[in-house]
Amino acid sequence: MLSQARPGSKGRPLADRLREFTGESAAKCYQCGKCSAGCPLAAEMDFPPSQILRMLQLGFPTLEAKAIASLSIWLCLTCETCLARCPQEVDLPKIMEFLREESLREKKFHPQAKEIIAFHRAFLDSVQAAGRLYEIGLIADYKARSRHLFQDVLVAPKLFWRGKLKLFPHLIKDRSNISRIFSKTLGKKEPSG
Amino acid sequence: MSRIGVFLCHCGENIAGTVDPGKVVEAVNRIPGVVHSIDYKYMCSDPGQSLIREAIKEKGLTGVIVAACSPRMHEPTFRRVCAESGLNAFLCEMANVREHCSWVHEKSELTTAKAIDLVRIMVEKAKRNRPLFPIKVPVTKTALVLGGGIAGIQASLDIANAGHKVILVERDPSIGGHMAQLSETFPTLDCSQCILTPRMVEVAQHPNITLHTYSELESVDGFIGNFKVKIRKKARGIDEKLCTGCGVCAQKCPLKKIPSEFNAAMGMRTAIYTPFPQAVPNKPVIDKKRCTYYLKGKCKACEKACPAEAIRFDQPDEIIEVETGAIVCTTGFEVLSTEFFPEYGYGKYKDVITGLQFERLASASGPTLGAIRRPSDGKEPETVVFIACAGSRDPAKGIEYCSKICCMYTAKHAMLYKHKVHQGTPYVFYMDIRAGGKMYEEFVRRAIEEDGVKYIRGRVSRIYEQDGKLIVKGADTLLGAQPVEIEADLVVLATAMVANSGAEELAKKIHVSYDSYHFLAEAHPKLRPVETNTAGIFLAGACQAPRDIPETVAQASGAASKVAALFSADELSREPVIAVVHRTAPPIFSICEGCFMCEQACPFQAIEREEIKTRDGKLIKVVAKVNPGVCQGCGTCVALCRAKALDLQGFSNEQVYAEVMAV
Amino acid sequence: MKLGYFPGCSLQGSAGEFDESLQAIAPALGLELIEIPDWSCCGASAAHNLNRLLALALPARTLALAERAGFREVLVPCSACYSRLILTRHELEQDEGLRRQVSEIIGMEYQGTARVLNILEVMGQIFQDGLKGKITKPFEHPVACYYGCLLVRPPKVVQFDRPEDPRTMDELMKKIGAEPIDWVFKVECCGAGFSISRTDLVAKLSSKILADAQRRGAEAIIVACPMCHANLDMRQEKAEKWAGKKYSMPVLYLTQAIGLALGLPEKKLALHQHLVPVSFPVKAKPAAKAKAETASQPAGQSEE
Repeated sequence: MLSQARPGSKGRPLADRLREFTGESAAKCYQCGKCSAGCPLAAEMDFPPSQILRMLQLGFPTLEAKAIASLSIWLCLTCETCLARCPQEVDLPKIMEFLREESLREKKFHPQAKEIIAFHRAFLDSVQAAGRLYEIGLIADYKARSRHLFQDVLVAPKLFWRGKLKLFPHLIKDRSNISRIFSKTLGKKEPSG
Repeated sequence: MSRIGVFLCHCGENIAGTVDPGKVVEAVNRIPGVVHSIDYKYMCSDPGQSLIREAIKEKGLTGVIVAACSPRMHEPTFRRVCAESGLNAFLCEMANVREHCSWVHEKSELTTAKAIDLVRIMVEKAKRNRPLFPIKVPVTKTALVLGGGIAGIQASLDIANAGHKVILVERDPSIGGHMAQLSETFPTLDCSQCILTPRMVEVAQHPNITLHTYSELESVDGFIGNFKVKIRKKARGIDEKLCTGCGVCAQKCPLKKIPSEFNAAMGMRTAIYTPFPQAVPNKPVIDKKRCTYYLKGKCKACEKACPAEAIRFDQPDEIIEVETGAIVCTTGFEVLSTEFFPEYGYGKYKDVITGLQFERLASASGPTLGAIRRPSDGKEPETVVFIACAGSRDPAKGIEYCSKICCMYTAKHAMLYKHKVHQGTPYVFYMDIRAGGKMYEEFVRRAIEEDGVKYIRGRVSRIYEQDGKLIVKGADTLLGAQPVEIEADLVVLATAMVANSGAEELAKKIHVSYDSYHFLAEAHPKLRPVETNTAGIFLAGACQAPRDIPETVAQASGAASKVAALFSADELSREPVIAVVHRTAPPIFSICEGCFMCEQACPFQAIEREEIKTRDGKLIKVVAKVNPGVCQGCGTCVALCRAKALDLQGFSNEQVYAEVMAV
Repeated sequence: MKLGYFPGCSLQGSAGEFDESLQAIAPALGLELIEIPDWSCCGASAAHNLNRLLALALPARTLALAERAGFREVLVPCSACYSRLILTRHELEQDEGLRRQVSEIIGMEYQGTARVLNILEVMGQIFQDGLKGKITKPFEHPVACYYGCLLVRPPKVVQFDRPEDPRTMDELMKKIGAEPIDWVFKVECCGAGFSISRTDLVAKLSSKILADAQRRGAEAIIVACPMCHANLDMRQEKAEKWAGKKYSMPVLYLTQAIGLALGLPEKKLALHQHLVPVSFPVKAKPAAKAKAETASQPAGQSEE
């Protein structure tokens, strides 16, 4: 049963925080489903995009928890197709971004999202260290995080022979600037905005 | 010498409960110029009114002030009393000590002092009042109706049957509008042309109605009761008096592949053409933009063929001047074309059509004689997808409103399709079903329950063509927003209803307000739906907002009744509180300098120019003149005039100054 | 034409062909590209998937560096970098408070004076002034122009071309002698950044694109984005496995196609670096012009 009971100090409805941090209003969505209809990965998601937004509209904590723990938010390609077609111009990509951050902050994310998050972390590790992406480093870091040791074992050499993978990373000069940026954003505990 | 009488009303406890009547009467008595000052419980009652009558007679009053409620309540009451007693009605004023004083303050000495101030102000004004007389304006009992769709037809017939003359102007070669294009109408599935054409003929034959088709409004001048209108009768290229409507010209015309406007480009027409067989008048028109003779000087096949020798290539446009007393605007609407939708193909898919185009397919007199066929290959479609809300309720596309009729006509289309193609499957993608009219809900349920129309709640994200089929990608929000893909043979978009092209220019010509969608503005959305803010101009139908036929007809009759009311007297009586330009003796004539800032500023176009000449006609100066028939007494020009040459009768500069100084 | 240049990490790494071919054709096009000094990664999908401020700060750093170097316009060939930079620019333009916050984070004042250009608008500009004399080997093949999602969306931010069925690349291809086909997957997503973490999804989405191009007679897919290239070329084998059919569809960067038309050698354009060999069927008859003009006639639009 859906209920609006908000036990103890659960805090404000997620839609309020969404409004505060991104300026987007969940109430604007009139659930027409056009986003879900055009989303390339809607069929692979546990909840299509318009459903995720529906979960924020009533302010019910159980539904909000579902949204944050969904796989949908991690499968989002940020292809911007939904925003391009939404009649109410709801910035769904931005809302997905917000929900992902909430998910990480609450440390509640869908079990199947592990690899995806591991990839992003590995990518950013590389950027934080060198200022630019070091692809071999990325692959190694990802394999370590995801334990998919044999993935792409056949493809990687092909890329290397063709000169597509650089052996050494390019270190930019102002790496301290990059460290500063990371410490003031990803390094912070509270959500951004 | 002023002899003002002041009558303070208690209004029960409304005034007396907060203001001390005794003190007010006493203080007012001491104001110079006041010769009579009393109070009474209810001034608006019969005994109260008698007090005024008696005082006017006994004390020879030159002005009356009733200190009571708002003039919006009882000014007419007390003015009538004065007029009946022989005192000019405009020498009677009201001091509002209720809404402006007793109702908004606590009981105190200050409140009473304020009441006294309010009365004193009005005394100073009343001392400077002059007798004024209502302005009479003659009324021309002819109505101009712009637009010959069902709204215009209904309004014209109603006004004509009330005994007044009507001039009906229609832009297209025939009257009938969009209703003539429909196959059947909801909720009865009446054949649209069958119920419309008798009215069209009635309009053509009515002795009180003059019909000008293929004509447009050129200009409007004047004011309520006295409009001066110019109509441009575009050259048809034929002599209407000789033409018999035989149609041989169209048969002989070599250009046969021009997309027909009446058939919404689902069919073709010739360069000389009658839009449809039931056209009124049943006379053809030459399309000058496509006709070979007008483009290259050759052909003339129609002229050679015409048995009545009625072709007149060199016919010019004609400007007709008429005088009318009222104008009814019934210019109707348009629907968005498929080109408006990038995600549905930018209009390039032949088998993605609008609702209006589907009407032409379904119509027995249409290009396919009522058979539903794919425009691309002429085959019967087995699967048809109808998409509601195409463009409507869509702020991203610039249209926030609901077009009102699409839910109903989509259900109708799906039903008609199923009636004609028994083995076909119609799908409707919708957001909501709006079926609020009489028998409307039952109609939609019939579509779903009896005719097997499949409704899917969700909008369609994209349509593209693959192997001759249209792939429709939608979603079913009632099933968890699951993506739904349908391979359709035909897609019908219920496109948004928008204001007709040229609506903005027309509104500017007749000085009527319009909104950001170019729908014309009614005077009040609830209580004055058929009037505009411009006196004498009324509106009806879809030019004001999306609406269906029953409402349009009702509104048209409503507008007609307003016109009939306007025409019920020979003269219009107007309040004389208007602006007046200073005039005086030669050699000055007027302190007006002729800068005409007032003319530009006047919101009602009430300022004209007057030439002051010598006896032999030599021009001395041009000054401003206020048209007493149009001026609304707003005072803008008075405030603006640098020379102080304009003043407001009944609210003169001197009076206002005296009022302020009396506080 | 002189422009600031932000190659991005891919062009210096696994998408080296894009950079190499662009540099190869630049002289012939009169294009001078000056790299932004000490540029850093734009954050790509990773940043905006994990942290909003980081996703704004990294692109802002690059744009601020561009401003300092005096660039008014910056060419960003990679669609992902382009999207991140232009979205950042748009957001910071709208929100002054955010602009100050981000300036503080990057330790530089961000002013928003540098404009962000994508590869298509730059090429479109150059070719508009005509390159007739320089096309020595017209690229006479039917091609499917694949724009990907980020060059034309979100339409109100990017304001470039038509968001459904864009035309810039098609016009460019026509000018180099190719026949762009009319197809329906021009802007459908290829799987974006999931190439490694969800290769199965990339296989599914890319196979749809490859299938439609093949069905409508394309001999190559032309792309303008390193991610798209990776998904359609590097992962083509996976897509073929998923769909159970062979595509053997060469995927070229538009700069490579232009380079070939200008007569440059294949080696210089790095065609050998692709996983799917770039080869075309031998032509026996004139190229299928009819297939290229499959754009249906708009409804009712035929006259004498």
